[in-house]
Amino acid sequence: MLVSIYRYNPETDTQPRMQDYEITLPEGKDLMVLDVLQMVKEQDVTLAYRRSCREGVCGSDGMNINGKNGLACITHVSSVVKNNKLVLRPLPGLPVIRDLVVDMSAFYKQYERVKPYLQNDEPPPAIERLQSPEDRAKLDGLYECILCACCSTSCPSFWWNPDKFLGPAALLQAYRFLADSRDTKTQERLSDLEDPFSVFRCRGIMNCVSVCPKGLNPTRAIGHIRDMLLERAV
Amino acid sequence: MGMVTNVTSLGRNGVYDWLVQRVSAVVMLAWFLFVGGFIATHGDLQFIEWRALFAQIWMKVFTLAALVSLLAHAWIGMWTISTDYLTRLSLGSSATFVRLVFQLICFAILLVYFVWAVQILWSI
Repeated sequence: MLVSIYRYNPETDTQPRMQDYEITLPEGKDLMVLDVLQMVKEQDVTLAYRRSCREGVCGSDGMNINGKNGLACITHVSSVVKNNKLVLRPLPGLPVIRDLVVDMSAFYKQYERVKPYLQNDEPPPAIERLQSPEDRAKLDGLYECILCACCSTSCPSFWWNPDKFLGPAALLQAYRFLADSRDTKTQERLSDLEDPFSVFRCRGIMNCVSVCPKGLNPTRAIGHIRDMLLERAV
Repeated sequence: MGMVTNVTSLGRNGVYDWLVQRVSAVVMLAWFLFVGGFIATHGDLQFIEWRALFAQIWMKVFTLAALVSLLAHAWIGMWTISTDYLTRLSLGSSATFVRLVFQLICFAILLVYFVWAVQILWSI
């Protein structure tokens, strides 16, 4: 199989380039893309990429695999390879540090902006803040995000305005705390979201939904935020 | 957040822009369906009937509402396009100037259309 990988080392290269590698896949096994990267790394130790848990939990190895963002560690080669060719590029829209490693600062900055932590100004109870099973269920599909950035970097609105539009990942987390019965800063949170950029640059393209390796639905969460803003405004 | 909230469009707020965009779309749809229906049900439409339709005050108001909807819709749309594509990321340091000129041109065109259309409507 031909593996074509985006290579760029800002210290030695003036421009990025695609480098091809020939990889022989073992018979009778469907490897993950990360396994293929490991085989390339054995051929060429200069190749740089992030990886850690190799089971879709840490979110380190998000990359663009044959045109679609995903986690290399849980993407089967058979599910993406066409014409015996695998093309790997860094996540789109973020500055490249080296090869498949991108600078995620812009992504984390937007995450920080939504204050992704519980805020409650009532005196804490003796043991813990309780929540009914129904209220807890509202957080399903929101808390599971691993911040791999596959969604935000597949979103054109995030490409155009990464400093103003929060992007699907941060908005999913914004709604995770808006929906939390224990959080008391709902109004303040909504006030921080009502400008024309933060939420409203979402055009419902739904690339985020199609690429999320955890099967989450940021578009739906954004719709809920919009409903909350609308309810407050009219 | 300040940076983001200071730069605003028509409703000076994303929620109102979003709402204006949708409500104006419905008003325009209603107007085009009505006028389309009128034309379809008046096979041999003559100037006199066409003029009589627009001579009525409710039709003037309805048409003006559709016109204002069209202009508001276009303004929000063009403003959004300019802030999506004519940015520092795509144009560098001249982006703000280019965006301002683009928006002023759009605004001037919409203003001309508004005055012109009002003049036509109330001359009937």
